[in-house]
Amino acid sequence: MTRIAWRLLSAIPTLFGVVLVTFLITRVLPGDPAIFFASNPSMSADDVEQVRIALGFDKSLVEQFWIYLGALWEGDLGRSISTGQPVTTEMLKRLPASAELTLFAFVLAIVVALPLGVMAALRPGSWIDQACRITATLGVSMPTFVTGLILIYVFYFLLGIVPEPTGRLDPFMFKPPQVTGLIIVDGLIAGDLAVAKSAAAQILLPGITMALFALAPLARMTRASMLGTLSSEFVRTARANGLSRRTIIVSYAFRNAMLPVVTTLGMTFSYMLGANVLVEKVFSWPGIGAFALDSLIALDYAPLQGFMLIMAAIFLLVNLLTDLLSGLVDPRAGLN
Amino acid sequence: MMSEGVRARLTVMRYTLAENGLHRLAFGLFALLMFATLFGPALAPHDPLATNPSEALIGPSAQYWFGTDQLGRDVFSRVLVATRLDMFIAFGAVLISCVIGSLIGAALGYFGGTLDRVASRFTDVLMAFPLFVLAMAMVAALGNTLMNVIYATAIINLPFYIRLARAEVGVRRNLGYVEAARVGGSGHFRILTVFLLPNIASPVIIQASVNLGWALLNAAGLSFLGMGVRPPTPEWGILVAEGARYIASGQWWMFLFPGLALMLAVFTFNLLGDALRDILDPRART
Repeated sequence: MTRIAWRLLSAIPTLFGVVLVTFLITRVLPGDPAIFFASNPSMSADDVEQVRIALGFDKSLVEQFWIYLGALWEGDLGRSISTGQPVTTEMLKRLPASAELTLFAFVLAIVVALPLGVMAALRPGSWIDQACRITATLGVSMPTFVTGLILIYVFYFLLGIVPEPTGRLDPFMFKPPQVTGLIIVDGLIAGDLAVAKSAAAQILLPGITMALFALAPLARMTRASMLGTLSSEFVRTARANGLSRRTIIVSYAFRNAMLPVVTTLGMTFSYMLGANVLVEKVFSWPGIGAFALDSLIALDYAPLQGFMLIMAAIFLLVNLLTDLLSGLVDPRAGLN
Repeated sequence: MMSEGVRARLTVMRYTLAENGLHRLAFGLFALLMFATLFGPALAPHDPLATNPSEALIGPSAQYWFGTDQLGRDVFSRVLVATRLDMFIAFGAVLISCVIGSLIGAALGYFGGTLDRVASRFTDVLMAFPLFVLAMAMVAALGNTLMNVIYATAIINLPFYIRLARAEVGVRRNLGYVEAARVGGSGHFRILTVFLLPNIASPVIIQASVNLGWALLNAAGLSFLGMGVRPPTPEWGILVAEGARYIASGQWWMFLFPGLALMLAVFTFNLLGDALRDILDPRART
């Protein structure tokens, strides 16, 4: 318990740094926000000045930072200029879309990568090991935007077996009542199979695109880690004692190989958060990444600021979870 | 006049190259990439910028190997010529972050203390951001130019080198040879540059070669979103972005070929990283 509390506390300085960097970056960004708010050309310099004062831009940077911190404390991320809504509202509206995509891709990557890595480690040098190696190297070499476009071209344009790659749901369908925010799950809860099926068809290509990207580090780490435990003394002892192959692989080798895999899982998840922007852009996915990008292009910085903060906060949270999970998987990991 | 160490390394290199087909492939592809970088503009069959509306959107043929784009420009020439710019971005960004990052990291690992703790916190903060988005925001803040894409890519890679060099120097700073150098009257600067930095070169070089691919992906991703390079300059990311508009009408060659070139380059760097790891650090082989 003390360890968890200590770990939580140690994340606070980093979180503070994240807030500071985000604040500074958006203050350096070009374009005077006051002029944007006062976009009416008939406004005089005096009026613009009024807006500046109203927005607090006449105060010193330190003062502005304190005001910003205070607003953050109350969950206020500012207001988006292009939509006119508070950023928090906009983000909450779009977060489920990003969450659904990332989770789908994450699960897909795990389901493919772990068995692939284990099988490659069981027969080093075999065709499956080569396949694992090539998949892993290709996976990290594929720019997500190119993979996405190739998938769209082949499966939508050529074969026509997936729906048009825009959005989360067939435009003629209605969203099911929101329970989890994940349309597939909500559709199933509402008993509306057609909606769940449509949402699943929509998420397939962007999900695969992201999963391909995440697969490589996972498969590699699983393979390397399994190779390590398989050649260790305790596995040799287990084998000498005549335990079944299944027991040796599953409960001896795999369980002990999990620790570095869990750490890699955390890292991969955070990478996927960053890759979100490009995948969401290619598939017109209405998530927070695409929103942040559109805002950046529209010189609307509050959403970008909010996006970076939310992402960094999720990253810290995932790191924390990874640490706790490592402690569960291997209690020795927490000792130092 | 070849030193013993270099000769031993060359032997290992010959050995791994003879043994491992993938490594031969890596060096072969790298040579090809460098060839295209150096001679691409001279070898391009057409002017990459010359428009020819009467021959717009033609599929791959004997005359236009990769087809033509909406303005009748030769896609093959554009992809080939773009190699130099993309390599400039990738090598530029990696060189900056590699040199600055390892110097900072080595100094932190050597001196330790409060500065080290503060700096480590700072790298933690940088790494907490989704790095691609951080690069995006930096380019927006610094101004939408090619050099800023390079700087932003360099900055998001800095923490990796700082951490690596810091850890590598940290385990060596109390070793016998450093101790001996100190007793022999070498100052901190000399110990760092003459005794420590050359010894951490191998892991840094391995990191750099893997990092090249990553830097390239990042920079191309940025230009895919319209940052940095401006049309009509040919660059792989922007070529993919231009081609993506014509997918819905079936002109696949415009996005596919620059995309494949990008993929091949990143693939090469990743393979090269593996090969260099086997050659420079044979113990880490799996």
